[in-house]
Amino acid sequence: MALLEISDLRTYYTVRKGEVRAVDGVNFYAERGKTVGLVGESGCGKTTLAFGILQLLPRNARVVTGEIRFNGEIVYRATLTNELAFHLNRDGTPESIQAAIERRKRSLDLDRTTQAGGILWPLLQEDAYLIEDVEKLLGENGRNREDFKETLADLIDRHARSMNRGFTRRSIRRALEARMSALRWSEVSMIFQGAMSAFNPVYRVGDQIEEAIKVHMELTAEEREARVAELFELVGMRPERAKEYPHEFSGGMKQRAMIAMALACKPDLVIADEPTTALDVIMQDRILAEVRDLQRELNLSMIIITHDISVVAEVSDRIAIMYAGEIVEEGPVVNVFDRPAHPYAIGLLGAFPNVKGPKKMLEAIPGSPPDLVNPPSGCRFHPRCRFAQDICVRVAPPHIEVESGHLARCHFAKEIFQGDLA
Amino acid sequence: MTDDGFVWDVSGLRKLFPLRAGVLGSLLGKGQYVHAVDEISFKIKRSEILGIVGESGCGKTTTGRLLLRLEDPTDGSMLFHGTDIATLKGHALKDFRRRVQMIFQDPYESLNPRFTVMDTVAEPLLVHDVTDTIKAREDLVAQALEHAELEPASQFLYRYPHELSGGQRQRVAIARAIVLQPEFVVADEPVSMLDVSIRAGVMNLLLRLRDEFSLTLLFISHDVGVTRYMSDRIAVMYLGRIVELGSSEDVIAKPLHPYTQALLTSVPVPDPRFQRGRAQIKGELPSPINLPSGCTFHPRCPYAKDICKTTKPELREITPGHFAECHFAGEVGLEAPPGAPMEAPAP
Repeated sequence: MALLEISDLRTYYTVRKGEVRAVDGVNFYAERGKTVGLVGESGCGKTTLAFGILQLLPRNARVVTGEIRFNGEIVYRATLTNELAFHLNRDGTPESIQAAIERRKRSLDLDRTTQAGGILWPLLQEDAYLIEDVEKLLGENGRNREDFKETLADLIDRHARSMNRGFTRRSIRRALEARMSALRWSEVSMIFQGAMSAFNPVYRVGDQIEEAIKVHMELTAEEREARVAELFELVGMRPERAKEYPHEFSGGMKQRAMIAMALACKPDLVIADEPTTALDVIMQDRILAEVRDLQRELNLSMIIITHDISVVAEVSDRIAIMYAGEIVEEGPVVNVFDRPAHPYAIGLLGAFPNVKGPKKMLEAIPGSPPDLVNPPSGCRFHPRCRFAQDICVRVAPPHIEVESGHLARCHFAKEIFQGDLA
Repeated sequence: MTDDGFVWDVSGLRKLFPLRAGVLGSLLGKGQYVHAVDEISFKIKRSEILGIVGESGCGKTTTGRLLLRLEDPTDGSMLFHGTDIATLKGHALKDFRRRVQMIFQDPYESLNPRFTVMDTVAEPLLVHDVTDTIKAREDLVAQALEHAELEPASQFLYRYPHELSGGQRQRVAIARAIVLQPEFVVADEPVSMLDVSIRAGVMNLLLRLRDEFSLTLLFISHDVGVTRYMSDRIAVMYLGRIVELGSSEDVIAKPLHPYTQALLTSVPVPDPRFQRGRAQIKGELPSPINLPSGCTFHPRCPYAKDICKTTKPELREITPGHFAECHFAGEVGLEAPPGAPMEAPAP
């Protein structure tokens, strides 16, 4: 079982123009002791996906569907009312509702076997009532009712309101939040983008790291101090420097301190969001080497989020390429680089200048990434794709497995992979 | 005006920025300076692209600004077609500025959000009083937009920056730079804010414009891969000095200066099978206020000897057209950094 499993996650932002579908139906996992690189351009949803894992999203964000499991245990799940409402609005067929119900039942069954302490029992209960009602509606005669959609909408509405009324909703939220804050930093931590501004300038660096330890681990003051010293040595800095303030650190050292902070509570999974983007190339190289060494030494799972495919090529075992809120290609990093099967991945690899080997002409991908309020119909890449056919405009492509563990979301992934389309 | 085929002949160019010294300091004459550009010399041929590459704070942007006289040099001469730009004033300076242009890094900052594309691109025409009628201006602007691959131009003329994507904005900035048909353009990190899928298009556009208008370009970037792709020759800057200068393939394939070698070894390679060596470089960039003695790179250099601490090396021509500022450039053991295979192992 993967350490982190995300399935069918949709995170939308409510803005004046409507809803930005920043993450739209993403399945993603991180394996124990492995590094996965999440690559994409600005606005493709990669940071929203990462922040969603830790539930650090801004207030206008809404998780519409999907769930996140850590170690098999549920840490976040969209409410069933949200999920049903989404499917009702999208196509509203009894089949899709049925599928959503089945998925939720499987997920709840899994919870019953894994959930320690059963903090989620109110959620189970609520869901059970709604599932019962929907299944009744889905029964033979309900399925063909002309007012199927209206009845279902009423049902969802009634349940949503009753949940909002009672204690249940609040207690569920509290239970989930308590679980999440226990998880945050002690099991999953994050290296934020822009270490330059991630530290508070008026506190000593060491004290800020100590604070994280204080919240999540039960250690005495001396033990905490010792832990900070240990961490500084781990990332290659003299422990005395813990007494200094952020402005006394260079960019590379702040980045190191940030890494030390992420490792403070011995997490199993570290999410690094553009960990080296603000650094010069020589410092970037050192930090990446350090990250790689630490990952191996501590057997960490890592998610590295970046726009730079060469960084992923060097530090990751697997790669997932995001475009317009969806993962369009994923697989072992060597396989994806050798034989990309999605036209966007091909374009990305062909647009990257290299300093090794002979100079080659770069090819731009025409057009620009779409507006995620009104994404293109069918395959979201079709307006920029040179292989696009009629079907791409109409039908969203499925994930096609072109070789073991290597998936691409393109109608013609097999043909591209085999070189039949070029 | 002499024309020996060189658009620029720069020698001994220096720019020091004074630090605020305080009353006492200035009375005692103990001014401290940031050595942004420290005696650099180079030439640029007509329709050549010279790339300047280096880390942040190495003086590459200041060099670009000096050439356009956006900063006044402290010392040195900059001959543009044989005329020293360093001392130009008044009309002569304005005339010069008509012949040179700049493209800035961030297309989100460099365009006025209240200007339409037409206003932005037509501004240089107004400043230099090129045309009288609105119609003529519109035609020139439309032409520039089409050269920048914003087609059809009529669709873009009256749009505002917020209606454009990042790549389109940078093309507007490029159109503004070429509307006066300049001879020389400084492009300061023109693609570093753009996404990879857009970047290649803007780079190819600049290359095409160079061919079409015999444009001479100074291309400034921190990205070695991008600089290699764009440039005919590359100048590597470190702490305000050009430490290596040569044709881009020479500099990339056979770097002579230990700093260039470290820089190149540090660039990640988009190939998961490639095993890169580690850069043999120590410490971090020293402060540009108190420069190290002798060779400014010696505190970080893996090959530093006593002479490097005391004597400043000269920029010497090691192989034809390939210069390096290192006492030991071109000597055995320096062609390739130790432990760093320069070629990919055969799969």
